[in-house]
Amino acid sequence: MIREFKLGKPTRVAYGEALAKIGEEMEEIVVLDADLSKSTHTYLFAKKFPERFYNFGIAEANMVGAAAGLARCGKIPFCSSFACFMVNKAYEQIKISIAGSGLNVKFVSSHGGISVGEDGFTQQSVEDIALMCTFPGFTVVAPCDEVYTRWLIREVAKREGPCYVRTQRPSAPIIYENKNEFTWGKYIKLEEGEDVAIFSYGLVVAESLKAHDLLKKEGIKASIYDAPYIKPLDEETILDVAKSIKKIVVVEEHLRDGGLGSRIASFLAENFPVPMKILAIEDTYGESGKPDELFEKFGISYRKIFKEVLNFIR
Amino acid sequence: MELALKELLTEKALAVRRKIIKMIYKAGSGHPGGSLSLVEILVTFYFGDVLRYREDDPFWSDRDRLILSKGHGIPSLYSVWSEIGWIPEYMLWTLRKLNSPLQGHPDRRKLPLIEISSGSLGQGLSVGIGMALAGKIDKKDYRVYVIMGDGEMEEGQVWEAAMFAGFHKLNNLTALVDYNKFQLDGPIGEILNIEPLSDKWKSFGWEVFEVDGHSFDELKDVFDRIKENSFEKPQCVIAHTVKGKGVSFMENNNEFHGRAPTKEEALKALRELGEIYPEI
Repeated sequence: MIREFKLGKPTRVAYGEALAKIGEEMEEIVVLDADLSKSTHTYLFAKKFPERFYNFGIAEANMVGAAAGLARCGKIPFCSSFACFMVNKAYEQIKISIAGSGLNVKFVSSHGGISVGEDGFTQQSVEDIALMCTFPGFTVVAPCDEVYTRWLIREVAKREGPCYVRTQRPSAPIIYENKNEFTWGKYIKLEEGEDVAIFSYGLVVAESLKAHDLLKKEGIKASIYDAPYIKPLDEETILDVAKSIKKIVVVEEHLRDGGLGSRIASFLAENFPVPMKILAIEDTYGESGKPDELFEKFGISYRKIFKEVLNFIR
Repeated sequence: MELALKELLTEKALAVRRKIIKMIYKAGSGHPGGSLSLVEILVTFYFGDVLRYREDDPFWSDRDRLILSKGHGIPSLYSVWSEIGWIPEYMLWTLRKLNSPLQGHPDRRKLPLIEISSGSLGQGLSVGIGMALAGKIDKKDYRVYVIMGDGEMEEGQVWEAAMFAGFHKLNNLTALVDYNKFQLDGPIGEILNIEPLSDKWKSFGWEVFEVDGHSFDELKDVFDRIKENSFEKPQCVIAHTVKGKGVSFMENNNEFHGRAPTKEEALKALRELGEIYPEI
């Protein structure tokens, strides 16, 4: 029996709502957007705090530079746009003006991954995580549902240091129905099994859980981890899992290069090498289609995960 | 301008130029041309009673902010800061050397006096916008000055920033263009012409002033007007300068855009700058 999830809000919506709430408590928060506030949901903050919200128009580089100036004057800027525009267009501004100046700026993107869907590859981001992991001192996080997102955004606001949070477009299955307290930096075990461990983040966590159910029918017991922290890795958990389960699968809605899988592989290669399988987007871009269809085509749907895990461990 | 002030500024400018030549010579690399063209501008800011700062507290929160967006001109600013006493003189001679706080291009992580790291052109004005916005939110009356190069005008981000600041009437923000007419590959007019520059800034909603960037009188006058008048718009000062100014064989000689002087050249330059028996 494959489980069904209650469909929650998109993580981008949870972000916008959380930010508007935290804005009440933290006066130093300012929010910057580049003409996508209705998509990123920063408009919710803008409505409540118009004097602390800036719309830069379609000019991401300028937005990021201004965030640096605001941070230099004691503000905590949250910058938002689609992942592909904010990260790719302002990559160098993030390097020089933010990372290379040691500033505390928060980047929260919407529309991470191929689940953007019908808009096609230009609006999808399959490289944002790899790119954001290149900045020294940055934390890179990708929440899987609205519950985790609400908790995460509050943590991000309160913690000192630059951060990238990837949220996504579609409604997200609720993974944490009975939980709302988490530990910063730690992965969360959602299912326990000794045959194989699957790590994933974002929307494909739900796919991994469904794959778990199919595998169970075949007598295979899989551990499932929600691994929202791509940088820094939860090394302790990864090492424990490598030592105890010895077979690791990573599923991600991102290019294989520079994603969670390659980062875990690099860490384990030096510390405790175990056989790994990485299910990610392979040296290509996305395309138009429904999110489910795209997950299937690009090999990260629960059916594909199930099939690949079977091949991997047999 | 009072004679005493003018004499002080002239003296400071000579001292700053000598330090630029020495530090770039000792470093063995750097950008003399674009550092020398900036000297009167920076000297007027810091010693001409333009910039609001406290000698004993460079991080004072109400200070005016000065961003050197054309980061390759940083030897000029390091020299000015050493004249104030914020950088010990011996440190100047570590420019571009391993473990030095004086990086080849400004690095805020190594030297906190730097408002923002720069060196990739086009980014400083946006950072200035952020500082100007913060000043408005916090109802502080500090001003923000951003110094850019002329070649930098070719960067698209400058015009994103110009459009934003003009539209939002950020009147606590001043851009200054060090218009020395050259970029790395040659004369601006031959590589990518930026004219009509004044019209461009005006059309983006800025007050525009054109001055001789080596005239203390004109610089002081325009900065005072900007400080004293409450303009509704952000202001852009186009300062016409000479690349390599002050050293005869470097003036308008683009060979010295990014090359250090040889020992012979450095000695010659220092003699021209009033050091009769130069030591390097």
